[in-house]
Amino acid sequence: MIQFKNIYKSYRVAGTDVPALQGIDLRIEAGEIFGIIGHSGAGKSTLVRLINLLERPSAGQVLIGNTDITALDAAALRAQRQRIGMIFQHFNLLSAKTVAQNVAFPLSLAGGKSKAEIKQRVAALLARVGLTEHADKYPAQLSGGQKQRVGIARALATEPQILLCDEATSALDPQTTQSVLKLLADINRELGLTIVLITHEMDVVRRIADRVAVLDAGTVAEIGPVAEVFLHPQHPITRRFVLEAENVDEGELVDDYAHVPGRIVRLTFTGDATYEPLLGAVARDTGVDFSILAGRIDRIKDTPYGQLTVAFTGGDIPAALQQLAGRGLAIEEVRA
Amino acid sequence: MNGFFSNIDWADIGQAGLDTLLMLGGSLLFTLLLGLPIGVLLFLTSKRQLLAQPLVYGLLSFVVNILRSVPFVILLIVMIPLTVFVTGTSLGVAGAIPPLVVGATPFFARLVETALREVDRGIIEATQAMGATTTQIVLRALLPEALPGILAGGTVTAITLVSYAAMSGVIGGGGLGDLAIRFGYQRFQTDVMVVTVLLLLILVQLLQMLGDRLVIHFSRR
Ligand SMILES: Nc1ncnc2c1ncn2[C@@H]1O[C@H](COP(=O)(O)OP(=O)(O)O)[C@@H](O)[C@H]1O
Ligand SMILES: [Mg+2]
Repeated sequence: MIQFKNIYKSYRVAGTDVPALQGIDLRIEAGEIFGIIGHSGAGKSTLVRLINLLERPSAGQVLIGNTDITALDAAALRAQRQRIGMIFQHFNLLSAKTVAQNVAFPLSLAGGKSKAEIKQRVAALLARVGLTEHADKYPAQLSGGQKQRVGIARALATEPQILLCDEATSALDPQTTQSVLKLLADINRELGLTIVLITHEMDVVRRIADRVAVLDAGTVAEIGPVAEVFLHPQHPITRRFVLEAENVDEGELVDDYAHVPGRIVRLTFTGDATYEPLLGAVARDTGVDFSILAGRIDRIKDTPYGQLTVAFTGGDIPAALQQLAGRGLAIEEVRA
Repeated sequence: MNGFFSNIDWADIGQAGLDTLLMLGGSLLFTLLLGLPIGVLLFLTSKRQLLAQPLVYGLLSFVVNILRSVPFVILLIVMIPLTVFVTGTSLGVAGAIPPLVVGATPFFARLVETALREVDRGIIEATQAMGATTTQIVLRALLPEALPGILAGGTVTAITLVSYAAMSGVIGGGGLGDLAIRFGYQRFQTDVMVVTVLLLLILVQLLQMLGDRLVIHFSRR
């Protein structure tokens, strides 16, 4: 639905071209929540701003549906932009307009709707984001979470098919982040809206994205379903994000395990296997002993998963691992 | 009367006060009308803005700087032929307004440019992302957002015009400044000087208060 074809983008800074994106090929499907994660400066904002051409690619095409938007004339581009909503880290609301006026703004810019129709639509949008009683306040009178809800209502006003989120929760506290993410996930489900969400926080992607691309220095380091990418990270950058999110330092871990005897593996359970008493059963069967060194049980979007780092001693360890693998667990060797 | 105010002809003062108000009102009106679009153009054509045009910006900026660097007294004299051409006279209220407008417009245009620069770039981007035209961005987002700053600039400009208008007494511009120069300064009538300066002070105070109120009224931050 949104397709980047061999995209290059560089910015001209003090007479030299500084590359921001270096050969991006990506396809974002209609109706999915697509996360783009990367460290600051990786090129996330540049990438997302190509979708509504706030930035133009230096080379390559951006397709929406079958249209190459880089080839649109000014009027067609404006019409296309009306079908794409965008929310921002710092909300970017108009300070001189009330909440209701902010939400009405894209509608009145687009034209074609009567005052009464706009009023009705604004009321419905404000109700949807839970801000009905704040309609006549100015942005300065709202909390960060409320401002982002206004941003969301405003972005949805023209009934777009795509919603772009540039670090939309990065200025919010964890609790507000949760509620804004939930709102986004609900809207995605209710309206079938495609959401492209960029962030430097893995938790945000893990909570609501279907698929994720890991961006590093202007290239896609890794891409896939969120569970796959985060449970079995292939690229060093992805591993770093996973460890950062768990507040662990890989170097420290290996040191910690130096005095732990036995064979150390990381077991990953997903779906129903997460809640089954597999480990105990296998241990009894094969006579191994195990100790759990680290672990977490959590969800990725709607899928429960568990990840345990376990040291096995005694008994028939290869048989135990084979049995676990047979039950659909993913096994990674940490130390043989 | 042998008192301090012996030299004062209150009818003259009244007429001069009225002239000052007319000069201020007339020149302020044209200054705002001309300076606003020039300020918007300065902003839009400057680096990394919507209509970035280094050449246009450079030229406009140069003209503005020239006009701003000419001392107003010189401008008053240099402008006389042009003023006569436009208004038919270089004297009185009508003769004072053209040089006042030419003197104050570049000043106000710069203040407008600065006020527009204060608007968060993100607001322009958000409006652009909604599919707005450049005209819509300027009229519906930029100017309303910059309104408090533009009003503050208008206030400073109005007060500058009061002092410029007083200076135009030098070329027979009429008004309180004229009175102060002709009687207070040239004929050593200190009482006339004191009264005119007091009246100008009151005018400046009123303008500042009015301006501040407007700015506060339109500030939602
Ligand atoms: N307008 C700009 N002018 C010059 N360089 C820019 C501009 N915007 C972004 N860059 C550069 O491009 C790179 C990618 O930036 P960005 O897309 O903002 O990354 P991210 O959103 O991942 O932090 C960075 O090196 C940044 O400095
Ligand atoms: Mg960014």
